[in-house]
Amino acid sequence: MPTKPAGTLYRGREGMWSWVGHRITGVVIFFFLLVHVLDTSLVRVSPEVYTSVIGAYKNPLMAIGETGLVAAILFHAFNGLRVIAIDFWKKGAKYQRQMLWAVLIIWVVVFGAFAIRHLSLALGGH
Amino acid sequence: MSTIQAPRSGNSRIALQYRRTSGSKGNFEMLAWLFMRLSGVVLVVLIFGHLFVNLMVGQGIHAIDFGFVAGKWADPFWQFWDLAMLWLAFLHGTNGVRTIINDYAEKTATRRALKTLLYAATVVVVILGTLVIFTFDPCPVLNGQLMDGSPSFCPAP
Ligand code: HEM
Ligand code: HEM
Repeated sequence: MPTKPAGTLYRGREGMWSWVGHRITGVVIFFFLLVHVLDTSLVRVSPEVYTSVIGAYKNPLMAIGETGLVAAILFHAFNGLRVIAIDFWKKGAKYQRQMLWAVLIIWVVVFGAFAIRHLSLALGGH
Repeated sequence: MSTIQAPRSGNSRIALQYRRTSGSKGNFEMLAWLFMRLSGVVLVVLIFGHLFVNLMVGQGIHAIDFGFVAGKWADPFWQFWDLAMLWLAFLHGTNGVRTIINDYAEKTATRRALKTLLYAATVVVVILGTLVIFTFDPCPVLNGQLMDGSPSFCPAP
C-alpha cells in the first residue's frame, strides 16, 4: 500500500531543482528585458528624460536589485551551458551531477567578484 | 522474443494512417530546441560583455547617462552587438516562455490568449528596440535648439 510515489532518479533531486531554478531565472530575465528595452528607448524622447530616469535608478535599492538580476543571469547562463553539455557531450548525462556542482562553484566565484565590485561602486561614494 | 514497436512519434517514420498530427508543423520543435542551445552559447558572450562594459569598467553604473549611450552607439560595433543581443535574447526568451505557457496553461483558450499576448509584446518591443538603435540621434534638435541635456560635444545647430 504505497502512500506516495517511490523515489525516482529525477524527482526531488539535483536535476529537478536545477531545472526549477533555470525556469524561474529565465522568466525573471525575460520580464527584466521587456522593461529594459522600454527604459533604453527613452534616449529617443530626450537626453534629459533618459538621464533623469537612469539617474533615479541609481539608489541602494536598485543596486541590490541589479545584483539579484545578475545573480539570476549568471545561474541561468552557467546552468544553460551545463544543459547544452548534457545534450551534446557523450558523457554529459553521466556527469550531470558533477557538472551542477561545477556550475554552483563557478557561480559563487563569479557572482562574488561581481557583487563586490558593483556594490562598492554603486553604494560607495565616488 | 517480440520486436519492440517503433515509437509512435516522429511523423516521418510512421505510416500515414497512424500519424497523430497533420505534419504541417514540420520539424519546428526540433529547430526550436536547437536554437535554444545555439543562441544560449552566443548570448553568454553578448550579455557578459554588455554587463562587463556597462557595470564593471571605470565608474561602473555611475557613468551611465545619455552621453554614455551616445558614445557606444557612435560605433557600429556596439550597435551591432546590441542589435544581436536584442534579437537573440528575445527569440530565446519568447520561445522559452512559450514552452512554459504550454506546460502550465491547460485550457486551450487560456494557452492561446497567453501566447498571443506574449508574441504581441515581443514584436512590439523588438521593433521598438531595433528602431531605437538605428534612429538614435546623439545631438537631437528641437525647434532649432539643441535639446537640454545634450552631450557637450554637440555643435550648435
Ligand atoms: C543591470 C544591468 C544592466 C545595465 C545597467 C544595462 C545598461 C544598458 C545601457 C546603458 C544600454 C544602452 C546601450 C548600451 O549601453 O549598449 C543598454 C541597452 C541594452 N541592453 Fe542592457 N543593461 C543591463 C543588463 C542587461 C541584460 C541582462 C540584458 C540581456 C538580457 C541587456 C540587454 C540590452 C539590450 C538588448 C539593449 C539594447 C536595447 C535597444 O535596442 O534599445 N541588458 N543596457
Ligand atoms: C546567458 C546566456 C543563456 C544561456 C546559456 C541560456 C541557455 C538556455 C538553455 C540551454 C535553455 C533550454 C533548457 C531546456 O531545454 O531544458 C534555456 C531555456 C530558457 N531560457 Fe535561456 N539562456 C541564456 C539566456 C537567456 C535570456 C537572456 C533569457 C530571457 C530573455 C532566457 C530565458 C529562458 C527561458 C524562459 C527558458 C525556458 C525555460 C524552461 O523551459 O524551463 N535565457 N536557456
